[in-house]
Amino acid sequence: MNIMIVGVGGQGTLLASRILGNTVVNEGYDVKVSEVHGMSQRGGSVVTYVKFGKKVYSPIIDRGEADIILAFEKLEAYRALPYLKKGGKMLVNTQQIDPMPVITGAMKYPENIEDKLAEKIDVTFVDALKYAKEAGNVKAVNVVLIGLMAKNTDIPYEKWVNTIKTSTPEKFLESNLKAFDLGYNL
Amino acid sequence: MKKLMLGNAAVARGAYEAGVSVVASYPGTPSTEITENIVKYEEVYAEWSPNEKVAAEVAIGASIAGARSMSCMKHVGLNVMADPVFTVSYTGVNGGLVFCVADDPGMHSSQNEQDSRHYAEASKITMLEPADSTECKEYTKAAFELSEKFDTPVFIRLSTRVSHSQSLVEEVQPEKAELKPYDKNIDKYVMMPAKAIKRHVVVEERISALKEYAENCEFNTVEDNGSKIGVITSGITYMYSREALGDKVNYLKLGMVYPLPEKLVKDFAAKCDKVYVIEELDPVIEKHCRALGIDVIGKEKFTLLGEYTPAMIKSAVIGEAAAESVNVDEVIPVRPPVMCAGCPHRGTFYVLKKLGLTVSGDIGCYTLGAVAPLESVDTTICMGASVSAAHGMAKARGAEFNKKLVSVIGDSTFMHSGITGLVDIVYNKGANTVIILDNSITGMTGHQNNPTTGYTIRGEETTQVNLVDLCKSIGVKNVVVADPFDVKNFEKVVKEETERDEPSVIIAQRPCALLKSVKYTGKCKINDNCKKCKLCLKLGCPAISFDGEKIVIDETQCNGCGLCFNVCPFGAMEKGE
Repeated sequence: MNIMIVGVGGQGTLLASRILGNTVVNEGYDVKVSEVHGMSQRGGSVVTYVKFGKKVYSPIIDRGEADIILAFEKLEAYRALPYLKKGGKMLVNTQQIDPMPVITGAMKYPENIEDKLAEKIDVTFVDALKYAKEAGNVKAVNVVLIGLMAKNTDIPYEKWVNTIKTSTPEKFLESNLKAFDLGYNL
Repeated sequence: MKKLMLGNAAVARGAYEAGVSVVASYPGTPSTEITENIVKYEEVYAEWSPNEKVAAEVAIGASIAGARSMSCMKHVGLNVMADPVFTVSYTGVNGGLVFCVADDPGMHSSQNEQDSRHYAEASKITMLEPADSTECKEYTKAAFELSEKFDTPVFIRLSTRVSHSQSLVEEVQPEKAELKPYDKNIDKYVMMPAKAIKRHVVVEERISALKEYAENCEFNTVEDNGSKIGVITSGITYMYSREALGDKVNYLKLGMVYPLPEKLVKDFAAKCDKVYVIEELDPVIEKHCRALGIDVIGKEKFTLLGEYTPAMIKSAVIGEAAAESVNVDEVIPVRPPVMCAGCPHRGTFYVLKKLGLTVSGDIGCYTLGAVAPLESVDTTICMGASVSAAHGMAKARGAEFNKKLVSVIGDSTFMHSGITGLVDIVYNKGANTVIILDNSITGMTGHQNNPTTGYTIRGEETTQVNLVDLCKSIGVKNVVVADPFDVKNFEKVVKEETERDEPSVIIAQRPCALLKSVKYTGKCKINDNCKKCKLCLKLGCPAISFDGEKIVIDETQCNGCGLCFNVCPFGAMEKGE
């Protein structure tokens, strides 16, 4: 299974890929997680890959090969579209973050991304920020999205909850578990 | 139980299990996490050195003193440490000595994509190249053994996708770190001509012995799938090839990339009708094969540029098309990295752009001062070049040009290799203005302490290098500390200092907004005074945008730093909750 997580540097995609990686590893799969560090993390497009199965060689995912794309931002979802496998599913946070060429007025943020994606592929949209606020932590956007993704895999609910328990600091545990449930039950 | 581990963490684990005692490095993507993970092992001495040359020398000293030691760096860091490396190849080691170098094909976070394998050949130091985290750990352990067995330093070569991918690793109990006896041996360790001449003989004998070793070693493996197509590859490209081509071809996987085996390669090629060499960056293995008279297919099919992918290999070797994909039918905006909301460098570059200065730039987050809308930086070459290159510019174009010229360099980069450039300016009668962007941390690589922060790699308090005293002590009379967020005063200071006919240093002091100790309160808000002049957009703050009708602040991005207050002429910014 190939899962691609895309977003904007600083949104917490790295943590999401680690939670995913550590959950599937406990299921006995071979796993590879490819991360992005350094300059690209500074507010740029960020892509991480999580691949698991009987045996995984390459840590990266090519165009047309992602079973699931979890997108933390609309434009990044749109950019990642060519990576989705035929029949694959995209899960998209509806948040809009303007990239610098849009802020400076050099380019326009594409209009109606939701409609354009829905026309072409199987896609679910979620306002993760709203649910993160409901869970009591605006930073839990990534956990809401993990919840949504978890429901789209075969891995049981409790396994996810266990990873979140082991990877979350005490003071955020309650809000993270709530955020996960909100995503999972969408 | 197997654990999911970053390639870099696995290198650290391997070194720990091999009983490493001393690790000295300078941070650099994609190598940084090796040394950060070493810190988890309390019994190992670890340090961030001021630069890679110093780090390598610390490791060399520790090795001569009898300890297993290691130094880790990015590919361009290897350039900085090249001087001792070429000579420690002659002296050899006492305790095992490993240099771990991480290349960055595709330049995710680098200024070039040089291929470090050339250094192995040039310095005659053997080099291993792991392909995943399991191998990162095993090869690192083996590298220490190899180092002591053959009396040689050993390179481990990584690449971004190996360093920054997680895969499964089995941890075992570490060996006990033991010091070998130290005996004075000037024939081996004092490299003056008469002695070095003799050591060069030893180096050549050693490489011959290692070539022999490469023929049968555990790192070079053949997978014979009964095909008539052969693939010779190493590191991450083995993983891409194996995924792309499965058991349709035979593989010769070279885990030791210097020296390369001869008989093994010839025997492998003899069984195939067609042999491909698949390696990112330069044709190192390919040239070796051609020198052996083997007709291989290499760079005529595969690019010298950037990273490879399994799809690319599939198409080149077996002509299979990439998977079907859905395309985006319009041009969409790119999302380049930007300075974070609250970044102290934003104030500096806002002023430098406003004054229309030529800016000699350097390596760090502030390289982003080159892109719109701040677009101030004129040059970026390497660590430290901002200072010395500006001196050259001023000498070439004269005093008037120099009054519109500044260097910008971070605190850590200044410690790394800016000091000598500043000494040059003072000594050779320069009159440059150098701005040290002191954000109290090594930012770009993810917050490492450095000599100016007052803390060690383990967060222990230590003597802090005082930048003002340092600059004054080498003869800079004009040293001014200024807050880049106080844009009015900062502009005044820059104007005054660039006007001078002698060297001056401005220390732009404000901590990185991502540091936990930095606590701005409240989010910025736009009030009714806004005239939509869009001056605030010139800051290039990711939290401020214009939605077509009004200026808006994205509360998920804003950290309340308040810099926009200081540029808005109408008082249209205020603090919300």
